[in-house]
Amino acid sequence: MTKTVIEVRGLGKRYRVGQREPYLALRDVLARALQAPFCMERKAARDYLWALRDVSLDIAQGEVVGLVGRNGAGKTTLLKILSRITRPTAGYAEIRGRIGSLLEVGTGFHPELTGRENIYLSGAILGMSKREINRKFEAIVDFSGVERFIDTPLKHFSTGMQMRLAFAVAAHLEPEILLVDEVLAVGDLEFQKKCLGKMQDISQTGRTIVFVSHQMNQIRRLCQRAYWIDGGQLRKEGNVHEVVSAYEYAMASGDQTGREGAKERGLKGRFVQWEITEPRAEAPHLLTALGPVTLKFALEIHQPVRKGHHGIALRNLENQLIWAWAADGVTLGVGEHDFCYTFPMLPVRPGTYTWHVSLYDEGNLVDYWDCLPEMIVATEIHQHTRDEWNGVLNMPCDFEILERNGIGR
Amino acid sequence: MNSMSTSAGTVDLAKPPVLRITPPTRWWALPFGELWEYRELLYFFVWRDIKIRYKQTAIGAAWAILQPFLTMLIFTLFLGALAHIPSHGLPYPIFYYGALLPWTYFAGALQNATNTIIENQRLITKVYFPRLALPLSAVLSGLVDFGISFLMFVVMMIYYHMRPAWTMLWLPAFLLLALLTALGVGLWLSALNAIYRDVRYAVPFLVQFWLFASPVMYPSFLVAAKWPKWQWLYALNPMAGVIEGFRWSLTGHGDPPGRMVFVSAAVVIVVLLTGAAYFQKMETTIADVV
Repeated sequence: MTKTVIEVRGLGKRYRVGQREPYLALRDVLARALQAPFCMERKAARDYLWALRDVSLDIAQGEVVGLVGRNGAGKTTLLKILSRITRPTAGYAEIRGRIGSLLEVGTGFHPELTGRENIYLSGAILGMSKREINRKFEAIVDFSGVERFIDTPLKHFSTGMQMRLAFAVAAHLEPEILLVDEVLAVGDLEFQKKCLGKMQDISQTGRTIVFVSHQMNQIRRLCQRAYWIDGGQLRKEGNVHEVVSAYEYAMASGDQTGREGAKERGLKGRFVQWEITEPRAEAPHLLTALGPVTLKFALEIHQPVRKGHHGIALRNLENQLIWAWAADGVTLGVGEHDFCYTFPMLPVRPGTYTWHVSLYDEGNLVDYWDCLPEMIVATEIHQHTRDEWNGVLNMPCDFEILERNGIGR
Repeated sequence: MNSMSTSAGTVDLAKPPVLRITPPTRWWALPFGELWEYRELLYFFVWRDIKIRYKQTAIGAAWAILQPFLTMLIFTLFLGALAHIPSHGLPYPIFYYGALLPWTYFAGALQNATNTIIENQRLITKVYFPRLALPLSAVLSGLVDFGISFLMFVVMMIYYHMRPAWTMLWLPAFLLLALLTALGVGLWLSALNAIYRDVRYAVPFLVQFWLFASPVMYPSFLVAAKWPKWQWLYALNPMAGVIEGFRWSLTGHGDPPGRMVFVSAAVVIVVLLTGAAYFQKMETTIADVV
């Protein structure tokens, strides 16, 4: 039996364009003040912008839900409405349960106060009671690892230490519904891992989490379901892998703004295009089956290549090398060529990957290309059901138990 | 409370309260219930203001005494010894310090309350709490300074061999009136300051003019004697009632607060209610404009 804890219907938020103008010339301000002193409502209706429009969603208790979308799509606006920082212009949201939001790490920290004082202040601001903070104080200090400096003013802390302390406070927030915005993007990788681990712990205690991130691997790891918000509207919702893959695919093809810097690259020859020829999917850069997989890299050769060397590499979003290979003794005449690869199987976990191809002639670079668009892998998942056991590979396997005769009779 | 209310449904412990978030409506109400829920946060804001104020000062709390004390010396010297302003027969230091006590508190509280929204804009855009807690904590934290400077007054009373009068019992009422005046005007100004940053620069002037319009440097009967027809206008300044009331209750000398205080109280209530309403209206958009 699942219970809806966040119910959003027709939610919209309208901003006045120019309300957040980054800067105004002084004379504009003066001129405007002379024309209409203390008058805000003079702008025409066309100066409005809907940051969020007609968004409806339901989030059940215990769900971990990701919000994806490009910058300015309205994700943060949605979180801000749900956490009551700003009010909607239309529609409503109903929230059942104590809600806490974490829109930045270190909310309310003050440099003049000591670590101890900041724990209390930040804790209170994030919604903890004094008793609750007293109870969790030791745990917070332990988690932060800054106990030696706990009575030192925060301004003497390094940025890393401040961050650890701040997250330690946030991690001990225990609302029934937690809204988290991109806070994990700060800090080093180790810090991010610690935060993710803590978020997973929180989600396993039956709390509801709504999570915004631009790091799709984080969304995939943490969330079961996702909403893709685009231009203030809900574009897709459902299973996290479907939504994230669709989002990544759209981003990849949308980013295909020609091949920048192509002119500077190889005059002798250059890579012009790549695609997945087998299996065929709705888009030539989308991989929907494990294999067999055939790739085609098209290149134009303007001057013959005699003693060619060709390299290929596959990297994931974190630039981790997944696979690489090279061929020597490549000879190519002037004209168009296709480099074709066939793999019996490409068992990488769903996500975004980039192919890198290169061509040298007699040790001199002819062309090097970080293939665009990126390859989106949206295959069926063959992994452990628990996220912490998700590996790099996504391989199906046959498993059977054979009983040997004569033993265990 | 208005449309953003926390209302417990049926008596079912398994059912958490439902919070309904809707567009702001035209109706408003003071969120006293919600402020009560957030009283601990209010306490932490006051505690933070006080801590930070004295963290990096060399003489710390002595500032709370120095400010009114030095002003008192100047007034005593120029307005008293030089200009012979009538002082209800009180020694000039007592006459002036007694008025500067509430005035210093009021001026400080008003300025802090005005700036509080801007100074906490990061907080406002990152986390929810009743915004009213900010100006409220600004006027409350000033009470600590008031308490310290009051000790100096006690020392001066001993020095002048003055006995506390029974009228002293009225002091909390006048202090409350000063607090509510600072809060009421502070609500207006902090909300205005969030949209028009000019307010921040205008407030020091406002405070200066207000000082002249209040019976700090002179007793209010001088005004009544000179412009008897305009006395009602003078009484519209709530600080006039507060300051005369302070002098009277601290020393037992001077004009007992008559109709003036009732006018002051009425004005304060009007300013406070309209200020709260305007602040509430602003609160719905404050995170979008700061």
